[in-house]
Amino acid sequence: MIYELSYLILLLPLLSFLVLGLAGMKMQHKTAGLIGTCSLSLVTLLSYWTAFAYFTADRVNGIYQTIVPYNFTWLPLGNLHFDMGILLDPISVMMLVVISTVSLMVHIYSFGYMHGEKGFQRYYAFLSLFTMSMLGLVLATNIFQMYMFWELVGVSSYLLIGFYYPLKPAIAASKKAFIVTRFADMFFLVGILTFGYFTDSFSFSFAGDIVMGQGTTPFIEGNIAKAVAAGGFIIPTALVLMFIGGAGKSAMFPLHIWLPDAMEGPTPVSALIHAATMVVAGVFQIARMFPLWIEYAPQAMSIVVWVGVITAFYAAAVACAQSDIKRVLAFSTISQIAFMMVALGVSLPGHHGAVLDNHAQLGYMAGMFHLFTHAMFKACLFLGAGCIIHAVHSNEMALMGGLRKYMPITHITFLISCLAIAGIPFFSGFSSKDEIITACMEYSPVVGWIMTGIAAMTAFYMFRLYYGIFWGTENKEAHAHHTPHEAPLTMTLPLIVLCVITVGVGVYTTIAGFAGWGGSFGSFVSAAGTDYTIHFNTQIAATSTVIAILSICLATYIYKGESQPIADRLYKTFPKLHRAAYKRFYQDEIWQYVTHRIIFRCVSTPIAWFDRHVVDGTFNFLAWGANEGGESLRSWQSGDVRKYAVWFLTGTVALTLILLCI
Amino acid sequence: MNILSLFVLIPALMLLGLWVARNVNQVRGVMVTGSSLLLVLSIWLCYFFVSERSAGNTDEMLLVASTPWFEPLNIAYSVGVDGISVVMLLLSSIIVFTGTFASWQLKPMTKEYFLWFTLLSTGVYGFFICTDMFTMFMFYEVALIPMYLLIGVWGSGRKEYSAMKLTLMLMGGSALLILGILGIYYFSGHTTMNVNEIAAMHNIDPDIQNVFFPFIFIGFGVLGALFPFHTWSPDGHASAPTAVSMLHAGVLMKLGGYGCFRIAMYLLPDAAQDLSWIFLILTTISVVYGALSACVQTDLKYINAYSSVSHCGLVLFALLMMSQTAVTGAILQMLSHGLMTALFFALIGMIYGRTHTRDIRELAGLMKIMPFLAVGYVIAGLANLGLPGFSGFIAEMTIFVGSFGAKPLAGDPDTSFRMVATIIACMSIVVTAVYILRVVGKILYGEVENKHYLELTDATWDERFAVVCLIFCVAGLGVCPFLFSDMISPAAGNILRSIGVM
Repeated sequence: MIYELSYLILLLPLLSFLVLGLAGMKMQHKTAGLIGTCSLSLVTLLSYWTAFAYFTADRVNGIYQTIVPYNFTWLPLGNLHFDMGILLDPISVMMLVVISTVSLMVHIYSFGYMHGEKGFQRYYAFLSLFTMSMLGLVLATNIFQMYMFWELVGVSSYLLIGFYYPLKPAIAASKKAFIVTRFADMFFLVGILTFGYFTDSFSFSFAGDIVMGQGTTPFIEGNIAKAVAAGGFIIPTALVLMFIGGAGKSAMFPLHIWLPDAMEGPTPVSALIHAATMVVAGVFQIARMFPLWIEYAPQAMSIVVWVGVITAFYAAAVACAQSDIKRVLAFSTISQIAFMMVALGVSLPGHHGAVLDNHAQLGYMAGMFHLFTHAMFKACLFLGAGCIIHAVHSNEMALMGGLRKYMPITHITFLISCLAIAGIPFFSGFSSKDEIITACMEYSPVVGWIMTGIAAMTAFYMFRLYYGIFWGTENKEAHAHHTPHEAPLTMTLPLIVLCVITVGVGVYTTIAGFAGWGGSFGSFVSAAGTDYTIHFNTQIAATSTVIAILSICLATYIYKGESQPIADRLYKTFPKLHRAAYKRFYQDEIWQYVTHRIIFRCVSTPIAWFDRHVVDGTFNFLAWGANEGGESLRSWQSGDVRKYAVWFLTGTVALTLILLCI
Repeated sequence: MNILSLFVLIPALMLLGLWVARNVNQVRGVMVTGSSLLLVLSIWLCYFFVSERSAGNTDEMLLVASTPWFEPLNIAYSVGVDGISVVMLLLSSIIVFTGTFASWQLKPMTKEYFLWFTLLSTGVYGFFICTDMFTMFMFYEVALIPMYLLIGVWGSGRKEYSAMKLTLMLMGGSALLILGILGIYYFSGHTTMNVNEIAAMHNIDPDIQNVFFPFIFIGFGVLGALFPFHTWSPDGHASAPTAVSMLHAGVLMKLGGYGCFRIAMYLLPDAAQDLSWIFLILTTISVVYGALSACVQTDLKYINAYSSVSHCGLVLFALLMMSQTAVTGAILQMLSHGLMTALFFALIGMIYGRTHTRDIRELAGLMKIMPFLAVGYVIAGLANLGLPGFSGFIAEMTIFVGSFGAKPLAGDPDTSFRMVATIIACMSIVVTAVYILRVVGKILYGEVENKHYLELTDATWDERFAVVCLIFCVAGLGVCPFLFSDMISPAAGNILRSIGVM
């Protein structure tokens, strides 16, 4: 079978992690980097090959088959069992391509970015670990395997955010990232337990026809009907609980607080984990459970929609006021992931024969499409930001300005990615965002217009960032010691590759969308698994393009000049609003209050006190009582014969009296 | 002679060898030889057990033998193992073996220390191989008494207080235990002390069972850190020397869970079904309460001791759920907690041996000074908070899956009681992350604050060996849990069938 080698996709990064983790410290930096990069190149080749084979294979009734080359029982548990395996279907294959591409780019880029850093080997080891876990997550054949790799990506993210472990902010950020996502994972776990208990299965076999590979154990059909019979609320409850887990990982409001802080990690890591791959795990999870959502919990999907809308708006608003370029990008990521969530949520229930209806569930395709395009251009933006930080040794926009002269490649690639995220035709972001807005409009015009507005905000803050970095006044003072320079080839090459993908995909899908050609994204991934031809709705496309161009013009007008009188006036007019947005509307402070004041001070400390003073005190009291009792009894045993005689006499008299009375 | 008797014979010979040993090297030689033999023996036993089972031997207990030693009370030296005891013996051997290396450089009175240490392990091994209530109790006592001396003499801090507290509380538990054992003996017709025979007779009046069940469950529960009888644990662990903490948290606390299952629940099945919900509440409290308490401790060993309260609480919690999966999870959790906690205490001991403080407020930046120990600590921490690939994850997941699906029993206040308790227990995974990462961030990361620490050295070979062995075992259990669950699950099933819940 052509998918026989697919296990190598997981095994190679694992091996390189083990080799680098165990023997890395004794290696040269270059050797370690090469081991990591080579194994990842192989993984990328395998992924492309798998994708090619998968998408060109014969379809049955026009539907892509779900293929399970490997699946074995790892741990049997009564009527349930934990399985491990590999599942190939359109979304997992698409994710394979995204993850391996971005990861390979980051591996190459890190040669330049991390050059001479202490712990270079450790860095590459963690990158391999992360890639392995992320690939395992998307290839999971069952919800339990997904959860397991979900935890592993969480840990690799923790380790990578805390890469600069001597620095306090990095420690705090890594801790926060892990604990916040762990908190969300608790809900995910309860969701899995509920799902597993009521359906007697963890597997994703509900998703359609499954072709088993050789040597695999067959799935036990998920007994969804049993769960529905036990109570109609059970499946929706389980799904919403799982969604909370996904919301934690994908930084949805109000669990988003960890993501901006996660920018303390090395910039390539932010590009890989906190922009392109790990943070979309929540989106992927909903896409994976999509058949269940749409069949059994269509009402509950409005939760996904509104969480997404609020997050998208909130993050876009905050992004307009940040001054740290990585924070702007982080909030932009949160906002864009929320777009994907909204897209999945606005899918409407509907059937087309036995399969789902591609048109009603346009959002599914749109969300996945945006996941793909966003991964490419956002990784490019982050890697570009890395080049800039490398050049000016700071994250602050105030220290930048006028960099376009010094860094032409970074400038052009950054601009292209900004145009893509803003949704300008012929750049990849346009096609995917347009589909999202079309899907939203069909769901409800209110959501549609809100999302259009947020898309306009996106264009605005991205160009604010762009002008702040590359135009405006050059900060001569900051550059006095060290003229900014273009990054080395290892760093610019990934930028170029990602940009080529962005433009290539953008040009083709834009033309295909207007002309109604096939072979666009919808031909690969769609709700029903059939070939779906994307047709742009000209009205919506035109509206959103005009709005995007208008907000770019607005940003140009405000931020392009040497001085920015309008921006300054805006700050002065609304100082409180600006401050609140800069402080992220005090979300962090609220959480800080809840965790430190309430949980630590009002729960943990009293419990610890109670333990030491009440529970332990009781036992100490018992011991003390026994001791005191012994002491007081001891004086009776004084050895003084006269005392004994007195007691003897008293006793005899008392006894005689009692007996006489009776 | 029955092969199982080697588990007490080898330690007895080691005691003899230690007695005649004249210098430290001879002492070490005896310890290494003995503990390696025990390790080999228990690995062989696992192998033997698995091959017997796959050959179709379905007896409840293997390698059964019995020799009476006090006829009037029908007390016999009866031995026999099922899947649960086999894995517990393996755990004990690993801990004894690594504990030897962790206390390689212990001074003073090395010989005396190892004498008591070996005596303690004799008790542990004896407890796990026996199937006679009274003999088990005897070995249980043999394991407890040396603790007093090991902590009182070689401990640190408030060692006399802690040693006394630990001994008194555990002895209090023993007092309840002996009452319970005698109760079972008399009300089952005073014909035998053998656990399997009593269970097979199943003739104790349910009302009588309800009287004695709390005695035995609490008696063993004290050792298993059942709330509110767990308070010996923080003080005891904090004062104990490294290897003793390892052995205590790693193995001795498991005696509690094992006893609760093998004696209390197995022999008093009706009471177990009626009363389990009361103890479930207590253990659920243990799980969450232990974790929350650990969040604000400042002494490394206190943090770990409270963490043990939480994790051992989960063991009793899962046992009381009385579903095959949950009980399998409980035994896996015993193994996992035993290995992880031993690893943790070993590392804390090594760090303390260098810095002479365990106060997390005084430690910082250890990653730079002692990278090996620090990396070990991070791995131990991640294993403790349930990182997939290590044992904690698989044990916790098995427990949660098993408990969530546990059948409601007649005595339960509500049919969804067990589900709700599981959800509450799930909260501990978040709190665990909080206290583990707090410590890791505080003591390992950051800049070195105390300049004297810069002169400290990393682990020596014997320490490295102990740490690597334990990490290997933790990872091995995490990657190949099926090897062990296949042994445990049928044994758990046998007992649960005898209880009547399956």
